[in-house]
Amino acid sequence: MGQNMYEKIWDAHVIHENTGQTPIVYVDRHLMHEVTSPQAFSGLREKSRKIRRPDFCLATMDHVVPTKDRDKPLADAVARNQLETLASNCKEFGVRCFDMTSEKQGVIHVIAPEQGFVHPGMIVVCGDSHTATHGAFGSLAFGIGTSEVEHVMATQSLQQKRSKTMRVTFEGRLTDGVSAKDLALALIGRIGTAGGTGYVMEFAGDTVGDLSMEGRMTLCNMAIEAGARAGMVAPDEKTVAYLKGREFAPRDREFDQAAAYWNTFTSDEDAVFDTELIIRADEIAPQVTWGTSPEQVTDVTGCVPHPDRQKSDDARKACENALEYMGLEPGTPVTDITIDYVFIGSCTNGRIEDFREAAAMIHGGKVHPNVTAIVVPGSGLVKKQAEEEGLHKLFLEAGFEWREPGCSMCLAMNDDVLQPGQRCASTSNRNFEGRQGQGGRTHLVSPAMAAAAAIAGKFTDIR
Amino acid sequence: MEPLVKHRGIAALMPRINVDTDQIIPKQFMKRTEKCGYGKYLFSNWKYREDGTLNLDFELNREEFKGASILVAGDNFGCGSSREHAPWAISDYGFRVIVSTSFADIFFSNCFKNGILPVTVTAEALKSLSDEIEATPGVSFDVDVEKQELVTPGGTVIPYELDGFRKESLMKGMDDIDRTLKHTDKIYIFEEKQNLKTPWLWKAM
Ligand code: SF4
Repeated sequence: MGQNMYEKIWDAHVIHENTGQTPIVYVDRHLMHEVTSPQAFSGLREKSRKIRRPDFCLATMDHVVPTKDRDKPLADAVARNQLETLASNCKEFGVRCFDMTSEKQGVIHVIAPEQGFVHPGMIVVCGDSHTATHGAFGSLAFGIGTSEVEHVMATQSLQQKRSKTMRVTFEGRLTDGVSAKDLALALIGRIGTAGGTGYVMEFAGDTVGDLSMEGRMTLCNMAIEAGARAGMVAPDEKTVAYLKGREFAPRDREFDQAAAYWNTFTSDEDAVFDTELIIRADEIAPQVTWGTSPEQVTDVTGCVPHPDRQKSDDARKACENALEYMGLEPGTPVTDITIDYVFIGSCTNGRIEDFREAAAMIHGGKVHPNVTAIVVPGSGLVKKQAEEEGLHKLFLEAGFEWREPGCSMCLAMNDDVLQPGQRCASTSNRNFEGRQGQGGRTHLVSPAMAAAAAIAGKFTDIR
Repeated sequence: MEPLVKHRGIAALMPRINVDTDQIIPKQFMKRTEKCGYGKYLFSNWKYREDGTLNLDFELNREEFKGASILVAGDNFGCGSSREHAPWAISDYGFRVIVSTSFADIFFSNCFKNGILPVTVTAEALKSLSDEIEATPGVSFDVDVEKQELVTPGGTVIPYELDGFRKESLMKGMDDIDRTLKHTDKIYIFEEKQNLKTPWLWKAM
């Protein structure tokens, strides 16, 4: 019987396995940021331990960094302490860190691929759930907790149970105006936020093959919102082409050798998955979430649902709570929902392609007078490229703000925060209560949908 | 870590589904660089009203649930971010056991690393536990890690599954790192092999 991609990567990394014990697997790449690492570094220090492979680590500052006025000292003393702690920890333990003075700084899940740090067949971890993003490269990438961060630092390995596998096959061509984000939201709408619990998802099918690396990253990024441990896409010529020439990719003859090795990490024809799901991608419309969970989502042509028509009592209650929090009436057409704020950025949609798609929706229009719209590049290099392409001018002329890279309003740990009651069209990944600021109301959409909403002042069908 | 072998404690009922880690510990409390002291911020957005006063409608603020150490909650508990601040807050608040029909993966494994036992039960079992709490708020349950059983005064006995490895860690209050370091020789051997197979990964960068 053939093996699937997950099984191949897993088998290539098992260090120790005994019946009745959690297996230990080797970790090839460890990514770090300021929020989930300080307690792990302290743990090492307390026990006089070292990082086993500091050269396999990459750190950056993203969650709490300001996205404007970077020349001024950070007003938030607690946040400043967190950044300084990361910098000094990295120095002490010999970890490479892109700090705010570096052009390579940005959201960790944007910069690691950009640097060619993640390759097919690797196991990649980070103290951050959206580590799933890196599965787009045919790696097994998942988020871990801070205790595990310390464990990986000390041992370059992890105690980890095997997951079940689910293959999600998307078939058909995406219609214009529909993107990887919509695929992800439609999937979550269908299977729910716990639909993937216990599974690693492989995304397959011609639709996924047609996606750019950026699109695949968006899709894998959201696998975690479907409850999956990780999402992954088989490596192909796009993967190899993307990696070529990047800072941490192998070079010359070794690159070809590596590429041949990478290509072995695809599911065999006769591979078996615990669960299979096939979705027609050509039938998917642009998606908009209406509630406080990514599964509370509908087509842009849809309406805010009625709690009474939910499948179960729990779902009815969840729906009622969400509508109350979101300040929405059942039956309201999505395209009647007006917004106050637009956030374009995050590790889901803060890459160059996302900005191209967003900028293409401007058509010389202006941001609606009732709307504040910010565009936050995922990294310094994304920012630079967007500026080289003149995208920032399109945004600025239309009235969008053009910011410095970071997580920003994806989780609002810096100054980019919604006020209570403000409604935001956001390209991020979570619409949880308070995620973008206490009382803030988040609607998850694609970059193109967000840009169009900024100009119309409400959601519109961009097709 | 404090070992967990047998535990008796007041069970608090929180009948909500999809309780996410952003609610368990709101992000404004995550800028600290310590591991302790998060208990007072647990469910802070729900516990307090906007004006800072105690929200008496919030389940955990019920008088009967004061000092509770077992949390009984709805489906998909702990979804959302991987922040370990969530189990830190839960344990600092005083909870040792969480009961639900399902848990999000990362949260589930984070619990064991912090001496918390997540107990997965069937929907019927959850209903019966909830009913018993509602009927006698403030009731205490017994949780036996060795026997893998949860017992209520009403006589309900609920067996639950527990991985042998994790059971031992909980019962001994053992650190995962120590356990893995026992296999350091195997880590070396693995690295040697990888070095031959994928030399490009192993060059000093
Ligand atoms: S952009 Fe958002 S989801 Fe991504 S790492 Fe930052 S906070 Fe997490």
